[in-house]
Amino acid sequence: MAAHKPRLAVFKFASCDGCQLQLLEAGDRLLELAERVEIDHFLEASSRVVPGPYDVGLVEGSITTADDAERIREIRRQCRFLVSIGACATAGGIQALRNWQRVDDFVGAVYATPAYIQTLATSTGIAEHVPVDFELRGCPVDRGQLLELLSAVLWGRKPHVPGHCVCVECKARGTVCVAVAKGIACLGPVTQAGCHALCPSHDRECFGCFGPSESPNLVSLTGFYERGGASRAALVRLVRSFNGHAPAFRAESDRLEGNE
Amino acid sequence: MQPPPIHSWHWLDASDLQAVIDALRGEGRRVIGPKVADGAVILGDLVSVAELPTGWLDEQDGGSYRLRQDPAAGSFDHVVGPHSLKNFLFPARETLVSFAREDGVWHEQAAAPPAAPLAVLGVRGCDLAALRIQDRVFLGNGFVDEAYRSRRERLFLVAVNCRRAVATCFCHSTGCGPAVEAGFDLALTEVDGRFACEVGSEEGARVLSEAGIVDAPLSTDEAETVRRVPHDLASRMHARQATDGVPRPRSLDTHGIRDLLMANPEHPRWDDVATRCLSCTNCTLVCPTCFCASVQEVTDLTGDHVDRERQWASCFSLDHSRMHGQPTRSTTSSRYRQWLTHKFAGWIDQFGTSGCTGCGRCITWCPVGIDVTEEIAAIRATDGVTVAREEASS
Repeated sequence: MAAHKPRLAVFKFASCDGCQLQLLEAGDRLLELAERVEIDHFLEASSRVVPGPYDVGLVEGSITTADDAERIREIRRQCRFLVSIGACATAGGIQALRNWQRVDDFVGAVYATPAYIQTLATSTGIAEHVPVDFELRGCPVDRGQLLELLSAVLWGRKPHVPGHCVCVECKARGTVCVAVAKGIACLGPVTQAGCHALCPSHDRECFGCFGPSESPNLVSLTGFYERGGASRAALVRLVRSFNGHAPAFRAESDRLEGNE
Repeated sequence: MQPPPIHSWHWLDASDLQAVIDALRGEGRRVIGPKVADGAVILGDLVSVAELPTGWLDEQDGGSYRLRQDPAAGSFDHVVGPHSLKNFLFPARETLVSFAREDGVWHEQAAAPPAAPLAVLGVRGCDLAALRIQDRVFLGNGFVDEAYRSRRERLFLVAVNCRRAVATCFCHSTGCGPAVEAGFDLALTEVDGRFACEVGSEEGARVLSEAGIVDAPLSTDEAETVRRVPHDLASRMHARQATDGVPRPRSLDTHGIRDLLMANPEHPRWDDVATRCLSCTNCTLVCPTCFCASVQEVTDLTGDHVDRERQWASCFSLDHSRMHGQPTRSTTSSRYRQWLTHKFAGWIDQFGTSGCTGCGRCITWCPVGIDVTEEIAAIRATDGVTVAREEASS
């Protein structure tokens, strides 16, 4: 890192702010971070803004308007190390469901004066617009992983953010597999770890919040669930959610629909 | 009170078993045993015999585990669940050493005091076989893993002779069960609501004596009958036949298995299984003998603290074979082959024993029901066949 105190900026696009909150609610860790970096742009936390360039930029949210597509290019120019954080920024988020529909239909149904609305037909992740140095997954991101990433950047080492699947976390905490023991269609075997197996440990299926794992085999998994009685429609809904537009999940929901 | 002799047999009823648990807990042990939780028989902290899965049976098949109640079922008629001794002797994550920096100087932090010694109730023949294998890995060949050793040395084992098997059990093929022969402190065989208890060690005798149980020996005839229980089960397992409508009972032909697998690195079955395999690591994590781990230094934001952490790793993850920035086993086919050939062949060269105990966990807990016995049988059936790419290049 530079000899000066590294400068951190946090930016937001189309999103719920939940990923930024992971940082804002980090308590003592946030104070430790504030001692080591200058937090020069973090509108969720402070209206004090110091102009760039920045050493590290965290970007939350997806690109859904032409203005945002331009703004992210400027942010890229201003940030030495750019990290997209969360499902919106890495895969377009839940709002990427629009990518399978006609966005004009939504605009017409929701807004009294559709002519005021200027929006893109798609919601896309940051890396589809500018080069990104690291993608931190999750809906929201895991606070531990976010702080691990920032520690790694601060100390100039590789972050420990494994690409293996959620099953590793279930087994590590001793959680009984909901797919095997209850026949619940769970995305854990194809979803990247990071959530500490939150949903399976509460008797629910994994919803794929952290996006596809490093080598996902969705065709085998959904085929097994289908033979076990799951409907294609239900499987499409499962795969096409928070990370539905991530390439591996997108290809699978399209395949499931195409074969109907 | 004189402790009972080793290899003596005693009748215990539920209250006697409770007294054994109380005696173990009374000397500061953490008692672990089977109990029903989250739709499975897991291994968890046990205080009372009332927590045992009495009246519960498990049905297991590839990718499927279901519990059902049966009033005729005893306390140990379930078989192995998702957990094994590994979860306790080789935990999923542990800090090996910690350092802190004060005034620019690094100091090793004092290690945490050792956890309470463990007593595990309900350990099966396949579990004891797995323990023998893990002992070779962690204590043998001159390399002693201190964390494992400290837990292993103080371990108290109450074994159980199975009188029931599920479809995924194949310990009769691997020679690891169902009878428990040695390596336990006490061994139970459930008969008509009572437990015939064999004393397996001086420690076992001492605990039995501590629990006030010395004066209910089995007659010679009774002991003979009880001894037959797991052997009768073994005979039934050997005689099992595939029947329509019920899970196929597993067995494994282990004859020449090392050479068979080592001779077939380009068999088309590896690509075939890769179309089904999720590379999700479940088989390796539930396996009671898989021992791979990764060790990493974890620092915090201040840069003044570092923990060296060891956690379970799996040959199915890309990081496991990452060298020079690239995974050497980038395909699922190569990773599955690595696992299977190591477990059933390379292990024999490395540790003088197969790595498989026939417990069947990898079959049951595979989310898509991939079955090692089926994969090996398929390779054996077409021994020597190679994929087209090999034929073209040779």
